[in-house]
Parts: sequence; C-alpha cells; structure tokens
Amino acid sequence: MSSKETSTAVAKPRLKSGQQRLFALIALIAIYVIFAAFGNRFFTYRTFMNILEQSYYIGFLAVGVTFIIITGGIDLSLGTVMMCSAMVGLVSFGAGVPFVLALIITLLVGVLFGVLNGVLVSYLKLPAFIATMGSMMIALGLSAIVSKVQTRHFPSRTAEVGSWFQNVFRSVNMDGTVIPTGAFWLVGLIVIAVIVLNKTRIGRYTFAVGSNEEAVRLSGVAVEKWKLIPYIIAGFCTGMAGIMYGATYTTIIPQTGQGEELNAIAAVVIGGTSLSGGIGSITGTVIGVFIMSVLQVGLMSMNVQPHYQKVLTGIIVIMAVFIDIRQHKKR
Amino acid sequence: MSFFISSVAKKLLTMENISKSFPGVHALKSVHFDLVPGEVHALVGENGAGKSTLMKILSGIYTKDSGEILYNGESIDLTNTREAQDMGICIIHQELNMMNHLTVAQNMFIGKESTKGFFLDDAADNRQAADMLARLGMQSIDPKELVANLTVGRMQMVEIAKALTYNSRILILDEPTAALSDQEIEYLFGIIRELKEEGVAMIYISHRMDEIWEISDRITVLRDGEYVGTVVTADVTQGEVIQMMVGRTIFVETKSESSVPEGAETVLEVRNLNAGRMVQDVSFDLKRGEILCIAGLMGAGRTETVRALFGADKKDSGEIYVEGQLVKIDSPADAARVGLSYLSEDRKRYGLATSMSVAANSVMACLENFMKGPFVDQKRINKVAEEYVEKLETRTPSIRQLVQNLSGGNQQKVVIAKWLIKNANIFIFDEPTRGIDVGAKNEIYKLIHELAADGKSIIVISSELPEVLRLADRIVVMAEGRVTGILPAGSSQEEIMTLAHDI
Repeated sequence: MSSKETSTAVAKPRLKSGQQRLFALIALIAIYVIFAAFGNRFFTYRTFMNILEQSYYIGFLAVGVTFIIITGGIDLSLGTVMMCSAMVGLVSFGAGVPFVLALIITLLVGVLFGVLNGVLVSYLKLPAFIATMGSMMIALGLSAIVSKVQTRHFPSRTAEVGSWFQNVFRSVNMDGTVIPTGAFWLVGLIVIAVIVLNKTRIGRYTFAVGSNEEAVRLSGVAVEKWKLIPYIIAGFCTGMAGIMYGATYTTIIPQTGQGEELNAIAAVVIGGTSLSGGIGSITGTVIGVFIMSVLQVGLMSMNVQPHYQKVLTGIIVIMAVFIDIRQHKKR
Repeated sequence: MSFFISSVAKKLLTMENISKSFPGVHALKSVHFDLVPGEVHALVGENGAGKSTLMKILSGIYTKDSGEILYNGESIDLTNTREAQDMGICIIHQELNMMNHLTVAQNMFIGKESTKGFFLDDAADNRQAADMLARLGMQSIDPKELVANLTVGRMQMVEIAKALTYNSRILILDEPTAALSDQEIEYLFGIIRELKEEGVAMIYISHRMDEIWEISDRITVLRDGEYVGTVVTADVTQGEVIQMMVGRTIFVETKSESSVPEGAETVLEVRNLNAGRMVQDVSFDLKRGEILCIAGLMGAGRTETVRALFGADKKDSGEIYVEGQLVKIDSPADAARVGLSYLSEDRKRYGLATSMSVAANSVMACLENFMKGPFVDQKRINKVAEEYVEKLETRTPSIRQLVQNLSGGNQQKVVIAKWLIKNANIFIFDEPTRGIDVGAKNEIYKLIHELAADGKSIIVISSELPEVLRLADRIVVMAEGRVTGILPAGSSQEEIMTLAHDI
C-alpha cells in the first residue's frame, strides 16, 4: 500500500512563457497610442527616430543581460562598463591609436569585463550580485583613472578623423530624410541573439542552467563553461553599447553610467524574463526596451519632467515582476 | 533465481573493499557489491547506512578513498558523472533533477543534443525522444511538452528514458517509487522488467519491502557503512532482511482496540468542511489522547482536508469546534492560536529552517515568549531546547547543531519539539514516516504514542496501511474528497481498502 496524495493530485499551473510578453506588447502599443493622441507632435517620423535612438545603447545592454538573467544571474556592472569601455577607446584614440582600432579596443574592454564577471560567478562561485557590483566599482574607477577625469568626445559628423562614425552607428541624413543606421545594428543584434538563444547549444544551456543548474551538472555537462559564456556575450554587447552610446551622444563623461544597468534590467523584466531564471526571450526584452524609450520620449513630448518618467518606469517594473510572480507561483 | 549467485553468470560489476570517509564520518568501510547483467539488485539499509554514498561512487559523483571497481572485468576509476554515463552507468536520483522550463526531449538529450553545424537539431531530438518513449510504452508523453507540466510519475519515466539515451548497462534507481501512485508504480515495474529482458542491470534502492520482494532478484544489506551480506530475494523473508538491516528484531504489532479512555472529551470537531473539489462535506471529531488516522488512496483529499482545517488553504464552508468552542481559522496563525499544529510531510519546506540550529528551530513558533525586553533570551531558549532534546531523545551532538545535519527522524523530532514548546494540543502529522528508515520509524511511532498518552490529540495522514493499523485508535477513510467511513481500531486492511475504493 503506497499511494501518494499530494504531489500528483494537485494540478499544477501550466507554465505559459509567452503570456507576459504579450502583455508587454499590448502595453507598448497602448502607450504609443496614448502618446500619439495626447502628445505634442508625437506621431511623427522625427519622434519615431528619436525613440529609436533612445533605444540603441539600452537595447544592446538589455539583450546582453537577458542571457545572464535567464541563467538566474545578474549583472550590475553593465552601465559603468559601457562608459568605461567607451572611455578607454577614446583615450587610446587620443593617444594616437587609429580610430577603428580604438573602437575594437572599446569592444575588447567590454568583453574582458564580461570574462571577469563570468569567471568570478561560474568558476569562483561568487554570487553574481556581489561579483558584478565589484566590477561596477572597478569600471567606475578605471574610467576616471585612464581619462584623468577629463571628459572625452567621439568624433562628430564634421570631425577630421572618423566623420563616418555617426553615419555608420547612428544615422545618415540624406536630403532631409534621416536613415537610422543604428537601428540596423540593433536589428542585426536582435536577429543573432534570437538565433543563438533558441537554436544553439549556448542558448539551450543558458535556459537549462537557469532552470536547474544541478540537473545540468548531473547530466554530465560542464556547467562552468556554459555559465561563463552568457557573461561574455553580455560583455560584448556592453562594449557595442559603448560604441552606440558614443555615436548617439558623442560625449563621454568619466565616472558615469551608473543606473543604466538598472534601466536595462528593467527592460528585460518588463519583457517577461524571470529573475529566478529559466524563462525569458529576446523579443520580450526588445519590447521592454521600447516601452522605456517610448515613455521617455512621449513624456517629453507632453512636457512632463524626466523625473516623472523614472517614477512611471518604477511602477511598470513592479507591475511586471508582480505579474511574473503571480504566473509562476507554486501552489 | 538462484542462478544469479552461481559463478556461471558473468559479473557485470564488482565493487570490492570500497571505503570512503568524509570529515568526521567513516561513511563506507570495505563494502562489497556486485551485479550480473539483467538482474534487479536491491540495496537496503537504514538512513546513513551508506547506500547513497556507494551509489554516488559508482556514478562518479564521489571518488572512493580505496577499493576497486571492476566493470566488465576491467578495473575502472570514475572521477565525474560524465565518465560514468559514457560507460553506461546512470543514476536516477530520488529528488528528480529536471529542468522544468525545458521540454521532455530537451531534458532527455541535455549534453548530447543533435546538431546541424552550429545549430541545434530539435526535430531530430524530438524524433529520437519519441522513439525512446515508445520503446518504454510511454507514447502518451509528448517530447515537446514542458517538463513542468508533467506529473511526478511521468517525470520519473522521462528520467528513465533519459538514462537510456546513454545506452545504460547499469541503472541506479534511488527510491524511484517515493512519489508515485500505485498505478504508476505498476507501470514502472513493467518498464523495469522490460529493461531486464534487454540485459540492463538495475540497482534498486528502497525502503519499501513489498516492492523489493516484487521486483528484485537479490538484496544487498548495508548497516552503518559496512557490508552485512547479499541474499537471494526468493530465499529470505522480510523479517530476516529487516533484522540484517537493524541488527535486531523488530516486533511489528497492530493496535487491536482503541486506547482512548471511554468518555474522553472531544477536543476537535470538524463539521461539513468544504474546500474545492478535493474536500467535500468532511466531518469528524477527535478525542483527547486519541490517534486518528486518515487513510485513503492517492488523490482522496486527505492532505487538502487538513490543510483547509489548518487554515493553510482556503475553506469554502464548514465549522470547526475546538474544545466545544466554535473557532475561526483563516490562517495557520489562527490555527496555532487555538492549539493546532501541522507537521507536513515536506519537513524541509514547511517545518524547519534547516540552516539554523536545533535551539533556534525549537522556539521558532513562539519566540515572543523568549524575550528579555527587546532582546532574545538565549539562555532560556537553550534551556528549553535542551529539555526537549532530552525528552524526545533527539540524537544531536548539541542544541547548536544545524538542523540540516540531522537525520530525517531527528528533524521530525525538532518539529515536534517546536510545537510542544508552543503548547500545541492537537498534532496533525502528514505522512510522518515518509522517507524514514525502519529504525527511525519505530521511534516516531513511539513518540506519537507517547504524545497521545500525554493527553495530546493526534491526526495522522498515512498511505501505509501497516502504519495506520499500528497507530490508529480510529480510522477515517476518504475517497474522492469525501469521508466514506470511520472504522474502529482493529479493523482489517480489507475493510479500509474497501472504503478507500468507495466512490
């Protein structure tokens, strides 16, 4: 006699991964429609370009950190590493390094920070929160040291060297029409990220580790390696974000960037990726990114101070996490 | 089946003089174990006897300190699970290790996914998974279904199917039936017999003697990390094996009549309790000093009933009287206030803060009584914790020991101490001996009897009929969310089963 009552009898809530993403998409459309109706000249090509540009660097940060968050990890160093890598690139440019090489250096710094974070978390088994907080501080200090606390600038469209930079990474102005070249990069990243996350081993293990790391280990998989890779991906994206940020705003101020990681994480969470790991999507993250930038641009078009945007973003994040928890609550 | 011990049968595996120590513990001392192809070899012993350690060595999770493992006649040295899997040695852990957010096929082929160049070939894995499941007669499981949406029984089947993807020659099943219904167990046994035919050797770890006699060919007994002996199942009785396990004879008696004195007052009365589909119109009462067992099949609504009673789940309607007074129980805190306590089967999850000490857990439910102004009065806590460790004979080196380092039975005692200190009068035990070895079970039974003799009133939910017959002064039988009968002590198993099937 050995019947069992509790575990099999209780009907489990079925996991629905796409549901929150759908909510987010509806929310994005709703917000857009509201601003189009009530905002001042919101529904224009110009404003749309503005929204796109707001999304470039945050998009790169958010797509990268989506990988980390699906493994159940977190990265608090994104914002400062983005600024630090841009700064290191600019300083080397200033020191006579060819501009293209300076951009590659920018990317490399991002990747190196990703490797650092990943090794700390996966091989040395540090909690991701603490390890990446340490990296955040290192990046913050490093950008001040290499720049000697001097603000630096990426080349503008009229610069002698690198005048192509903004054309390639931000937009081309042709006969008064703006072609958002930055968006091509972002779309390219999104396509690659979607493929990597859903169609390759990297993606499979990213989900698997976030779902049940011990099970993956017991299946004979080298977990450490697969936990490291998402941090490197995020590091690469962060370096790219540094370039995108430079193209959009040109000015890099040392010791900044703090808080951008939280914007990126907020976008990821709004898009339905679970902070407890195992669930998430790139498309959700992209929707989250656009919710944030539409809010930002939209509120500006209604002449609302940016502080209100922060409050609203906070409320949306809390709502998103609330929905996430409600959906995946056990019993 | 005696051909298994004849030297004719070629040994698939021989583990000789295996020893393993952990800091402060000599977990295995010169243990012997062997396997022939196509046999089901049960490995039994009390908790802490070394079964898991031995199996973890065989599956590459631990490395042995000394001894030799011969596999197919060759000496092997395993340093990780991957090596073991590559050799065809696979373990299915008691606590299922699955990736809930992944599909069935993705779980089965983790670590060896089919690829087309840089990309995963999910279609191929889904096809292979379907074939594998079909081979085990589990066509009804969709390879594309998320594991989180499967029942525990089906998850177990998927784990077995996954093990077979490694071309396993040796399959270790650690308490595979702990979470399965009777029907699922029968199904599992069907699969085991099929694998036997194919020559897969299986090591079967279980506390359930009936199952071992149904499915195994031989039994190896461990006790305190030492090898006691290997016997052919058909040649021995359960009593003999239990005696090998504990090194002493255990006398199992059943209660022939209620030990509750006549005219004992009613301390708890449940009237027409309703809570969802699983609890319909449930009524019963409980006397002072009584042990009331709730019996029934899987899904009969027993746990749901006591959870609703205790305020852990929402009630739809019904009245509860404690010592004659109508009480309102909307939360576990309400229940505790009127003297109820609930000891769930999942002690780690609901009953204990396992990373805290025995002392801290003992006063967890009533810390407010152990304060000196704004400060925690550690002296008094230690005193009362010591007192109850002694009273309940909890085996712990000290009250500062972390609960996670205690055995299941002793953890149970800490939960009981907690509620005794809280001054609970009514104890609800939900499967108090699940996953506990024979020796510790007896201690739990003794403890429950002592609590009752002490004037506490007790409700026990149990799925094991011998346990019910041994403990109960009265038996409430449930089926499909309803009470189908209340039987006196001394009723037969048949009477209970008849009511349990009454729908």
